[in-house]
Amino acid sequence: MLNKLRTRRFRVPFVSLVGLVLLASVVVLAGCNGGGGTITEAGSTTVQPVAEKLASAFMADNPEVNIIIQGGGSSTGVKSCNDGTVDIGAASRELKSTEPNLVKHTLARDGIAIAVHKDVPVSDLTMEQVRDIFSGVITNWNEVGGDDIAIIVVAREEGSGTRAAFEEMVMDEELITDTAILQPSNGAVKTTVANTPNSIGFLSFGYLDGSVKALAVDGVAGSVENAKAGTYPIVRPLYFLTKEQPTGIVKEFIDFCLGAEGQSIVEDEGYLSVQ
Amino acid sequence: MSRYFIDRTSKYIVFICAFASIVILGAIAVFIFKEGLPAFQQVGIIDSLFGTEWRPGQDQYGILPMVVGSIAVTAGAMLLSIPLGVGCAILLAEVAPFKVRQFLRPAVELLVGIPSVVYGLVGMLLVVPLIRQIGGTGFSIAAASIVLTAMVLPTVISISEDSIRAVPRGYKEGSLAMGATQWQTIWHVLLPGARSGIVAAVILGMGRAIGETMAMIMVIGNSVMIPNSPLDSARTLTGNIAVEINYATGVHEDALFATGVVLFFLIIILNSIALLVLKRGGRAHATG
Repeated sequence: MLNKLRTRRFRVPFVSLVGLVLLASVVVLAGCNGGGGTITEAGSTTVQPVAEKLASAFMADNPEVNIIIQGGGSSTGVKSCNDGTVDIGAASRELKSTEPNLVKHTLARDGIAIAVHKDVPVSDLTMEQVRDIFSGVITNWNEVGGDDIAIIVVAREEGSGTRAAFEEMVMDEELITDTAILQPSNGAVKTTVANTPNSIGFLSFGYLDGSVKALAVDGVAGSVENAKAGTYPIVRPLYFLTKEQPTGIVKEFIDFCLGAEGQSIVEDEGYLSVQ
Repeated sequence: MSRYFIDRTSKYIVFICAFASIVILGAIAVFIFKEGLPAFQQVGIIDSLFGTEWRPGQDQYGILPMVVGSIAVTAGAMLLSIPLGVGCAILLAEVAPFKVRQFLRPAVELLVGIPSVVYGLVGMLLVVPLIRQIGGTGFSIAAASIVLTAMVLPTVISISEDSIRAVPRGYKEGSLAMGATQWQTIWHVLLPGARSGIVAAVILGMGRAIGETMAMIMVIGNSVMIPNSPLDSARTLTGNIAVEINYATGVHEDALFATGVVLFFLIIILNSIALLVLKRGGRAHATG
């Protein structure tokens, strides 16, 4: 109606108006045809970028499907999937026992590296030493076989999925020390550790490069191979969640993500494929 | 006819322009308060304003460490930028030969155009390691104050210079004619004459300092604790919002808006002081 009024004011010929209406209805009808539709996904911001890549690749093959990807964090992903707000929830951590029982589809895995400044002589820590360093129990490198100098702890901000996964897998209910330098992204943690002598931080494997040194944890070197083999201890799963076993286009999309093409996108984004 | 028409409509147009900025200010205020008040209700005003623990994971939302951080950084920046800025303004207004001035003034104005993330980057790679030589991690209030000083200097310098120039020429000539040296004239005649303008410059610089976000996040370390020394890391109010808003939901998000409410009041207090000082300065000038 509004369109009609507006176009008439600009004196568009009546014929083209009818044509437009016809065209619009054809498009709408075509959109409703079988096979098409909309998939909504929300949750972990770690999953978000790779989910967006996967969605646009899937939509390129299936132009009648529209996929909407949103962030919000893992907890939001679990919640909105359970109450049916979205078709697919995303989580970058294990589900808690207090959370509803959802169907988990392991999309990828992501290792969290313990990275130190390049000049730190230490190259191997136990899980317990890592925990004590980040909780502020160990404050000097000489307590873990390094030089007699204070440790500078670099961590992520409260609410970050990487921090939550690190706390869950490493910290075991201990709190990260108040004096830690907090940086708001994986990239900022890397830059800070790379430029701060005697510093230690944690970051997603996808961000590792030659500027920082990844430590071995419990004797296992922090490498993609070890994470894939399951020997490196700090690896978190990235999940797609559905309330029931998926059907229709949701199933098609998840199958695509877990299939060869989807998993190669996962690897391009710096995560570990699950194949 | 058209002459009168333009005259009448232009009046309304400028009125709408002025009105728009008021509406924007009002909308921001209403929005921040609406979003932030639930946090105050849920956490309690005392607990949120004077709480020293900010741990959203544990449902603790004390804003005090950030208030202290913001004030400390701003105070540090003022301590450095007032002598530097006023000194530079004196040089530009009174001492420097025309050619030096012609080069220096655009150089100072160029500082304004540098984006704050660039200040942050330079601070992170240059100032932070320097502070680390003195002690601590380098990510500190001291580093943040130094970076902030560079950012507010142009404001302090240009407004101070203008106000020194605005002192009536007769004062200066009279002082020199009575045998005062150039320095005596600057110190006893020009600076007191320009006092209210210099104060305004400082307060405007302070407003810029307290609102700065990006550069601060990059050099201050963002630890949530009440700092004991300038070498300690801290977090500013603006930094608190920017660092955590990406992942915040529920009470956590409300608490970040509550941080915005606190910031809003801090800025209103600063601006009120600025207005008061300007008004009083103006009166002193008129009677003197």
